[in-house]
Amino acid sequence: MSTVATVPDGTVNPYALSHLDSLESEAVHIFREVAGEFERPVILFSGGKDSILMLHLALKAFAPAPVPFTLLHVDTGHNFPEVLDYRDRTVEKHGLRLHVASVQEYIDAGKLRERPDGTRNPLQTVPLTEAIQRHRFDAVFGGGRRDEEKARAKERVFSLRDEFSQWDPRRQRPELWQLYNGRHAPGEHVRVFPISNWTELDVWQYIEREGIELPEIYFAHEREVFSRSGMWLTAGDWGGPKDHEKVETRQVRYRTVGDMSCTGAVDSDATTLDAVITEIAASRLTERGATRADDKMSEAAMEDRKREGYF
Amino acid sequence: MTTPIQLAEQLSATTLLRFATAGSVDDGKSTLVGRLLHDSKSVLTDQLEAVTQASLGRGQEAPDLALLTDGLRAEREQGITIDVAYRYFATPRRRFILADTPGHVQYTRNMVTGASTAELAVVLVDARNGVVEQTRRHAAVAALLRVPHVVLAVNKMDLVDYAEPVFAAIAEEFTAYAASLGVPEITAIPISALAGDNVVEPSAHMDWYGGPTVLEHLETVPVSHDLTECHARFPVQVVIRPQTAEHPDYRGYAGQIAAGVFRVGERVSVLPSGRTTTIEGIDALGESVDVAWAPQSVTIRLADDIDVSRGDLIAPADDAPAVTQDVEATVCHVADQPLTVGQRVLLKHTTRTVKAIVKDIPSRLTLDDLSQHPAPGKLVANDIGRVVVRTAEPLALDAYADSRRTGSFLLIDPADGTTLTAGMAGASFAAEADADADTSAEDAEWDF
Repeated sequence: MSTVATVPDGTVNPYALSHLDSLESEAVHIFREVAGEFERPVILFSGGKDSILMLHLALKAFAPAPVPFTLLHVDTGHNFPEVLDYRDRTVEKHGLRLHVASVQEYIDAGKLRERPDGTRNPLQTVPLTEAIQRHRFDAVFGGGRRDEEKARAKERVFSLRDEFSQWDPRRQRPELWQLYNGRHAPGEHVRVFPISNWTELDVWQYIEREGIELPEIYFAHEREVFSRSGMWLTAGDWGGPKDHEKVETRQVRYRTVGDMSCTGAVDSDATTLDAVITEIAASRLTERGATRADDKMSEAAMEDRKREGYF
Repeated sequence: MTTPIQLAEQLSATTLLRFATAGSVDDGKSTLVGRLLHDSKSVLTDQLEAVTQASLGRGQEAPDLALLTDGLRAEREQGITIDVAYRYFATPRRRFILADTPGHVQYTRNMVTGASTAELAVVLVDARNGVVEQTRRHAAVAALLRVPHVVLAVNKMDLVDYAEPVFAAIAEEFTAYAASLGVPEITAIPISALAGDNVVEPSAHMDWYGGPTVLEHLETVPVSHDLTECHARFPVQVVIRPQTAEHPDYRGYAGQIAAGVFRVGERVSVLPSGRTTTIEGIDALGESVDVAWAPQSVTIRLADDIDVSRGDLIAPADDAPAVTQDVEATVCHVADQPLTVGQRVLLKHTTRTVKAIVKDIPSRLTLDDLSQHPAPGKLVANDIGRVVVRTAEPLALDAYADSRRTGSFLLIDPADGTTLTAGMAGASFAAEADADADTSAEDAEWDF
């Protein structure tokens, strides 16, 4: 909190907060509001950078007491092994409790059917919403950011979901000042987005400032990949490559972490946080535009999935 | 030219400005927002490509920059902005959060939503039409919400031959009007969002204008206020009590400083109980500090073991607000269901939610001409009016004019949780201007 920002006229205002301090303070306020008002909150934790950032903020918000929330991971069955390893180490290190909802178990039990395109990201909605009902979670923290996607730009910080977890963008509660309304009926829950106002660059700058450890796949490394729809996908048991797709070894890194079947790597030689920040500041592509196939399906793909209960 | 590395380095030390835009449908608000994003190089290739594809797909020749901000299916179908969209962009000098609010009168509540957290509002006017009713509404909402800085952007200057007298007349009319409402600071800028004049780049067509471009002004307007003049306020969110071997006796009150400055050693009162003690320590997210200020999230430790819980307010012992159960306020009704006299509601103020009853609705404001309608009996969606509310428990409430954070509240429907009404406590928002202007008969008209 000691960063002193320089105001544009060159003088130093001792009471100006840097933009990272402002965002941090706002996110911590949101975590504490949920702790104060809800019975059974849970943090969606995938081992991706946004959920890692959220856990870090939650740890700071309640220190020196432990984080008063459990974690929930929706495991598509096609996750990167490095990320699952990171997830388990983190849970262990902070003495947290992790719930896992498994897409693979739903498929094995015949409750979900594999899609023809092999993508499992949209299949997460059912295990997610059923886990929320089963555990009676009343507040579900997500790492969604408004800068990611145009439907997410319309999302409230506190977003009421009905008993089917559905989002109705036209019936959202107005959100005024910092007065978040978390009232909900039994069976309903509230999705909470503490880092709504962060951009991808903010996330990376904060990770650097705080020295937060990340899974290695965020940094450039050699990997066996193949090209599909203009993205580099990791070859693996999940179903790639197909016969005509050629595997090659390239130096790549990931900007987002999701299901292996729809999350693409980018060519990169950024092996350090500094290099990643430089690369993102110069990039002419958004995070999702560069590396997420699921958002390219239609102009309203994210909105449609969010309406169904996707986070 | 700034290199990406320099940009990244500079950005880590910059400040954040939250601002809102307001303008009628055809004033060119989307074009201005699109121009700001585009010319500050905040629209990335894939976003522009998506917008271009979508525009071509519906038969338009050029990319429709409004599609950058209209994120919902229904908005794209109808070609209008229904709900607030938040946009993010950065320059080497500052980072921005833009609340892009709809212009229609039936979406007044959305402008209120956007303006409630804004430090600056951009009110757009078409140079050909000048100050119209909708402009007055936007000025009134900005004044009501006490947005500290207002920019009047006189757009479409290209369509009036970039004529200075046109701009000067509009600027003068608006400034006089807004000042009468108590808007503290107004900056008028002549622009053409379509041609790019004075938005990001200075105009080559208006040498008579010596002021900043819109972006320059956004980059340089001060965002932190003189906190020494603010009443210090700290609403308690949660009590932190680890009860671990390492911290057996730690007891801290976590919250975000709503206003002013707190120091270790300071005498403070805890409201509503009124008990007094001393600040023993301040923990700023893991770091022990001697002084902290708004809007930092911190944990305060007190010298005496007194009863403090969520919903309490910590304030300097010699500068604590009075507690009250009778709240008078100006409100904006934001729900589809009406607010009526006699209605039982919940009132959420800072971290405290209490039962309340609507005792009276003395007046409703007619937004068209800003006249008062006495005793309307109820308020419906988008109405602005005065209300009197009695609460079941005492509240430590400030006037909204003194503190946006501790003077604001929500009324909530206890049955279904709907956010009904946005409230701003205290006397009329124009009271300050009245005092300055030595209350004339005309000023009394603004007393709502």
